[in-house]
Formats: sequence, C-alpha cells, structure tokens
Amino acid sequence: MRIRDRFAKTEARVAPYAFISPFFIVFAIFGLFPLIYTAWVSLHDWSLLAGDQGYVGFANYRELFHDSDFWRALTNTVGIFLLATIPQLILATVLAQVLNARLRARTFWRMGVLLPNVTSVAAVGIIFGLIFSRDYGVVNWGLGHLGVNPIDWQGHRWSSWFAISVMVDWRWTGYNALILLASLQSVPKELYEAARIDGASAWRQFWSITVPMLRPTIIFVSIVATIGGIQLFTEPLLFGSGVNAISGGNSGQYQTVAMYLVQQAFTGQRFGYASTVAWVLFLIIAVFAVINVALLRRIKSVE
Amino acid sequence: MNRTQRIAAAAASALVVGVLAAGCGGSGSDSEGSGGNVTLRVNLFGQFGYKDLYKQYEKDHPGVKIVETAEGDLGKYNTKLSQQIAANAAAGDVVAIEEGQTVNFLQASDKFVNLQDHGYNELKDAYLPYVANATTSADGKTTIGLGTDVGGLAMCYRRDLFEKAGLPTDREEVAKLWPTWDDFIATGEKFTTGIKDDKIHFIDAATNVYNSILMQGGDETYFDRDNKLVVDSNPAVKNAWDLANKMIDAKLTAKVQAFTKEWNAGFKNGSFATIACPAWMTGYIKGQAGDAFTGKWDIATVPGGGGNWGGSWLAVPKSSKHQKEAIDLIKFLASDKGQMGAFKSEGRLPSLPALYDTPELKDAKNPYFNDAPIGQLFVAGAKNLKPVYLGAKNVPVRDAFENVLRSVESGDRSESKGWPAAVKAAEKAAK
Repeated sequence: MRIRDRFAKTEARVAPYAFISPFFIVFAIFGLFPLIYTAWVSLHDWSLLAGDQGYVGFANYRELFHDSDFWRALTNTVGIFLLATIPQLILATVLAQVLNARLRARTFWRMGVLLPNVTSVAAVGIIFGLIFSRDYGVVNWGLGHLGVNPIDWQGHRWSSWFAISVMVDWRWTGYNALILLASLQSVPKELYEAARIDGASAWRQFWSITVPMLRPTIIFVSIVATIGGIQLFTEPLLFGSGVNAISGGNSGQYQTVAMYLVQQAFTGQRFGYASTVAWVLFLIIAVFAVINVALLRRIKSVE
Repeated sequence: MNRTQRIAAAAASALVVGVLAAGCGGSGSDSEGSGGNVTLRVNLFGQFGYKDLYKQYEKDHPGVKIVETAEGDLGKYNTKLSQQIAANAAAGDVVAIEEGQTVNFLQASDKFVNLQDHGYNELKDAYLPYVANATTSADGKTTIGLGTDVGGLAMCYRRDLFEKAGLPTDREEVAKLWPTWDDFIATGEKFTTGIKDDKIHFIDAATNVYNSILMQGGDETYFDRDNKLVVDSNPAVKNAWDLANKMIDAKLTAKVQAFTKEWNAGFKNGSFATIACPAWMTGYIKGQAGDAFTGKWDIATVPGGGGNWGGSWLAVPKSSKHQKEAIDLIKFLASDKGQMGAFKSEGRLPSLPALYDTPELKDAKNPYFNDAPIGQLFVAGAKNLKPVYLGAKNVPVRDAFENVLRSVESGDRSESKGWPAAVKAAEKAAK
C-alpha cells in the first residue's frame, strides 16, 4: 500500500516532465548536439574524407573574416533577402486586405494564394530557371518583342538577384498573406466603424488600425522570412544548372552563404571551415532577428 | 492523477523510448542476405548502360536482385557520395567513382573494401596501367576501385553544318583540317565566315576544349604528385588556357555551360558544330539531340592526338552489408563481358586493352554518327593515353579555373585579367 502511494506521488511529480520530454529529447539529439559538435569541428582543420587534421583554435574564424568570397556571398544573401522580403511583406499585407474584403468565391481565392507554396521547390527552381533562361526563356522572348536585347539573367549580379527574388516571392507571398489574413480577421470591426464615423480615409484606416493591430503577426512573419531568407539555398542553386551550380555563377554573383557553406564542405572538402561558416551564419541570423524586432517595435501599437 | 492521465504518461514515455530506439537502431531489421535473397543497390552517375547486364547477372545468380539509382548531375552525385562515405553509411553496395574524384576518395580508403584482399592483384594486369593505378593508394597496399571505362577522346562534328559552311564532311578529310589546336582554331574561323549565321557557333564552350587540351598536356595538371599546386609553373595549364582564350577571341564558342539546360538545348537547336567527344559522349549526344539528328553527326580524331575526358571505377563501400556479393558484381561489370556490354549500349570505351583487338570492338560502327568506326577512333585515342595525376583538390581547382574562363568567355572579365584571377582563385580553392 505504501509503496503504491509513493509511486503515485513520484509519478505525479515526474509525469509533467515526461509529457514535455519528447520535444526536448528530440531537440537535444537533432538540434543541440549538432550545434555544439559543429562548433567543435569549426575549431579544427577537418577534411571531409581524410578526417580531423588537428586543432587550430580560431584560425578558421580569422580566415573567414578576411575571406572575400564569404563577404561576397553575404552581400548576395542580404541583397537577395532585402530584394525579396520587402516587396513580399508589403504585397502580402495588401493581399490579405483584399482577401478580407467581400469577394465572390472567397475560399477559392484564399486557397489559391497558397498553391505556389505547395509546389515543390525543385519544380519551382527548374521552371523559373527555364523562364529566365538566356537563349530560350520566356522573359527574354517577351522583352525581345519590346525591343530589349536578351538579358543573360544568370550572368549579372542584379539580374540574377532579381530573378531569384521573384522566385522566392512567388512561393512565399501567398503563405504570408494567409497568416496576416488570419490576424486581420481578429481585428474588431468596431474600430473601423468608429474610424469611418470620424471620417478617416481607407488609407488612414489601414495605417492607423490595420498595421498596428497586425504588429505581432508582422513581427512573426518577418522573423520567419528573415530566417528563411538568410538561409536561402535551393532557389539560387537550381537557378544555375550544370556540374558546378554550387558556385552560384561564374563570379559567384548569386552564391548565398548557405551555398558557400556547402561548397566549402563538399567540393572543397573543408569540413572545419564549413562549420565555421555555419556558426557565423547562425550568429548573423540571430543578429538579424534582433534588428528585426527592434525595428518593428517602432510600429505604434494601437491604444 | 487519474487513470487516463496515467495511461497518457505511459504512452509518452513509450514514445520517447521508441524515438531513442529508432535513432540508435535501424539496422536490426535488415536480415535478408542470410536467407539467400540479396538486393544489391548500385549508385551511379549518368548512363553506364548496365540494364541488360543486370538481367543476365540476376539470371546467373538466383537470389540476387540489383537496383540501380543513377544521378544525372555529377556534381550532385559527388557531393552526396562524399557525405555518405564520410558518414560511412547509406552509400549503397556498389558506387561509381569518377576520374576527378579518385585521389579524393583514396583519402578515405579505410571506408572502402580493399579489393587487394579479394583477388585484385590477379586481375590488375589486364587493365590499362593508369586505370589499375588510379584507385590504388600511394603505398600500393590498398585498392578501392575496379576500372570500367576510359574517356578516350575524339571530336564529334555536324556534317550538315560543315557542308553548309563549305568545309569538307568526310571524317578523314576533317581530321586533316586539324592536326593541331591552332589548325582547329583556323578551321573554326573558316567555319564562322562560311556559315554566315551568328546563332551557329563552331564549338559549344571554351571550358570543354580547355579541359581536353589540358588533359593532353602530360602527366600533371594543377597539382604535382606531392599535391602541391603548380598552376603557375606547369606550362600545360597556361598552354591550354591560352588556346581557349584564342577561341574566345575568335568568337568560336556558343558560350553554353556543359551539362546545363542551355547546353542540352544547344544539341537540339544545333547551336554548335563540334564538341570534344570522349567515348561516353556519343551516348549523351544521341540522348540529347534525338532521332532527328541521326546521321548528321560524325566523329573525327581530336586535334593534338589522343587524350582523355572522364572514366569511371566501381567500388564497394565498407558500409555495404553484402560486400561479398557486391564484389562479385563489380568483378562481373568490370570484366571483358561487362565492359563490352557497356560499350554496345552506351558507347563506353573499355579499359581492358585486350578488347581493343577483338573484331567486336575494332569493327564497331555507330549508325547514329553516320556509321563512324567508333571502335577504331576511340581505341586510337585510348592507346595514346598518358596517365594524368589529378590531386585531391582537383575538382575545386578545376571549378575555379572554369568559372574564371567562363567569365572571360561571357565578357565579364577581360582576357588580360583572366589568368591572374584564375591563379588566385585556384590558390584559394586548393586550401
């Protein structure tokens, strides 16, 4: 009897932890351990196939700091991120507003904007690679009718950034619009009615009611977009094709940091150095997330 | 705590245990093999032409089933294989190693079955010496791969376009147009004036010719045998670079990158008239250009005589659970029977010189290429093959050089800035 009581007592204390433990155990195995192990590898001269070549301290970090290819990749990443994310969030907010209005076949439109997100990235990459192809692409064909000379989209920095941003936006605008729509619907209608009575224009209503009410959601959406944007990999990889696609163009003009990481690890076989890139990338994302929150805090909350 | 909660807690703990077990185990359920039924997974890049050979092998070895996965993109294949070998897991039972990667994988020779423990030393003399040596470690004690094909080099050209441009079309006469690469460039200039169409170029890309010339240049390319980077001091590199730049200058190239959509489309649209053509390329051209171009392509000898582009070895990773069966299979695929099978279906040139004098190979003709005597053409290339040492970092350095060459080709960089940029990029990639 007493043993049973005791057991029940212990159980009551342990059970809550048992309930939440699956997440933490899985996170420890697949999240925390790789993170720490990567940090460990980054302090070594580590060849992928030949293995550990000895401890080198922070030499990899010092090298990375002076590595012009890394800085170029970082510039590309931030450039593509800004070029893709800003129009994407603006477009998503406007789209959410439109979807919130009285529309015929509302559910159809709402599901429709999610469709690009359901498509596999690989398919998107291949199709957009063809659309922006130099010799036989639809975009150049269209531009040709307007008298513009064909653009080598992969060949130049700005054109390749633009094409990749289009690809990213095509996939993610609808998804973000739906999240914003969900939070739009929780904005009390009375606020708009009161504003209308006070004679506020539609623009004023959007700016003074919708945006402040959406603030928490905008913060969430932009942090998720930041994490995705800074880790951008598949779209630029599939934008180029051929044996050497990982170098992101002949001069690395659209190589992102994530691509540089993979190139160092698997083409260059420098596993230690690639781990360094991975850790620095992690820190950069953290910094960007903080900047994001700080900036978006400045959007006034509704009082 | 009530009963439902207790059951839920038990279920949660069970889930945790389950997750842990799945993470650690995974190998326990695989008990085939002992029962006689073995599935061998073969990991290849591109088309090796093994389909019929598998069927025959499965018939002769009841209980063995062969499943092939072929990755079309060599870069992707190499990345994945490096990952799998480094992790010592999931690489399959048989893997193909490409020429550029042999030195690289020799660094991890402990992760492959040493074929010397399985009768390799009795087999090796039958192979071209350089093929037999390429997958053997420096101390000579470990061999990780068995040679399949070599990339004996020729030049494929479009007969119809040559005729249009007023050049001879017969393969003997075409070969006489270009004994050297300088003659090749001169022919290209004649072609450009004759064809009068700025959409049709003489060659596909500067990089493909560049690589071909480089591989003709002698026994070292970017690295010497101590794995020291010698781009700056090896005249073979500069020579190949200068010739490629001459072709860019003369506007002979269609500026398409090898193995891209543009390149593939170039075959279909006929945007180039010649292409450096190792034996395996004949299968690729046929696949890309399609039946509409039957008889329009032909093959002549390559400028500079002989040469090599590509070639493969088959290896058995130690992570394979059916090593014995896998070794038997690669021995079959790399045997004279296996190599002739691959030659017949995909044009892959055998690495067993004894086959070169057999009528089957000597008299082989390819109807797609206007009945070109592929046996003779490619054998001539293979016999002149000089072994070329490629360092462990050959691939990243080659990528760096190709990138700079392409940027010169596309006009992003001036020719004078190209060479220093290439050397600098190579030094960085060789780290």
